[in-house]
Amino acid sequence: MTVTYEAIQSYTITGSPNTVTFNSFSGYTDLVLVANARGNYADALGIMRIRFNGDSSSNYSMTQLYGNGSTATSARVSNQSSFGLEYTSGNSDTANVFSPVIINIQNYSNSTTNKTLLARTNNAGVRTVAQVGLWRSTSAITSITIEEVLGTNWAVGSTFSLYGIKAE
Amino acid sequence: MATYEKIATATVGSGGASSIDFNTILANWTDLQILLSARYSTVTLTGYCTAAFNGSTSGFSIRGLYGSGSGTPGSFTTPSNFVGEIVGDNASPSTFSNLSMYIPNYAGSTNKSYSVDSVGENNGTTAQATFTAGIWANTAAITSISLTPNSGNFMQYTTATLYGIKKA
Repeated sequence: MTVTYEAIQSYTITGSPNTVTFNSFSGYTDLVLVANARGNYADALGIMRIRFNGDSSSNYSMTQLYGNGSTATSARVSNQSSFGLEYTSGNSDTANVFSPVIINIQNYSNSTTNKTLLARTNNAGVRTVAQVGLWRSTSAITSITIEEVLGTNWAVGSTFSLYGIKAE
Repeated sequence: MATYEKIATATVGSGGASSIDFNTILANWTDLQILLSARYSTVTLTGYCTAAFNGSTSGFSIRGLYGSGSGTPGSFTTPSNFVGEIVGDNASPSTFSNLSMYIPNYAGSTNKSYSVDSVGENNGTTAQATFTAGIWANTAAITSISLTPNSGNFMQYTTATLYGIKKA
């Protein structure tokens, strides 16, 4: 039987890494990256930086829609050096609180189209965010790096899991 | 074990259902996902459903974001165990809402965060798309989930399926 939805790789943070990297995910059509994340920034929030293929040039743009419990806001950034997903939980958040982040990357391995991602970032104490991102490169995605931006590392217990989806 | 596995499904019969319950959820997976297609009996256009984990409606908090296609999008924090949109019995005939709820690390020892996307479109003047960031401030493993409409009952043909996702 063909396996459609497959677990590729996962990390559970035990030390104090700043960056998590996925780089072995050939043979799928789409990717789903799920994180339950907390950073060590001295606030109740963090920012997850995503880069494809280690590219740190100004090839990223995002449009966001978010709500903080009282106000809905839309924002856009262009010509960025990465995707910035906000806000995950931070060090002054209630203990044992981690933020679910769900990222869909469709058709990641083609060499024809620029690459996009859909992301949902959730911090029930701060905001819920829906984001779409564009990486202006037609290269196949061969690596995904996830970095904690505001602080220095991801907190122990943060998890990052990559899944692949195969079209028939 | 498959990565993405159906755990249980519920289909509401002609008598309606006051809630949809998933009980005895084992700790065999990493994350849970519920896909809900719902309509409820209150004669209104849109409403919502709430959650109980392990029989408890205490300890929940949310940040919600919604848009209705007219006016200004909004954000909210109540009810504290809000999950997502469902359509009422004044919506277009044969029309049901679409909701996806993702709960990472449901059996772990941290507080339980969740992410929900839901829509209640009915080709009418009132419909809503909602994003929810939620948390249940309880470190117990989730062993049961109940979804309840804000009034009335889930109507016939409402379906909900619980899936387990196993990381690598």
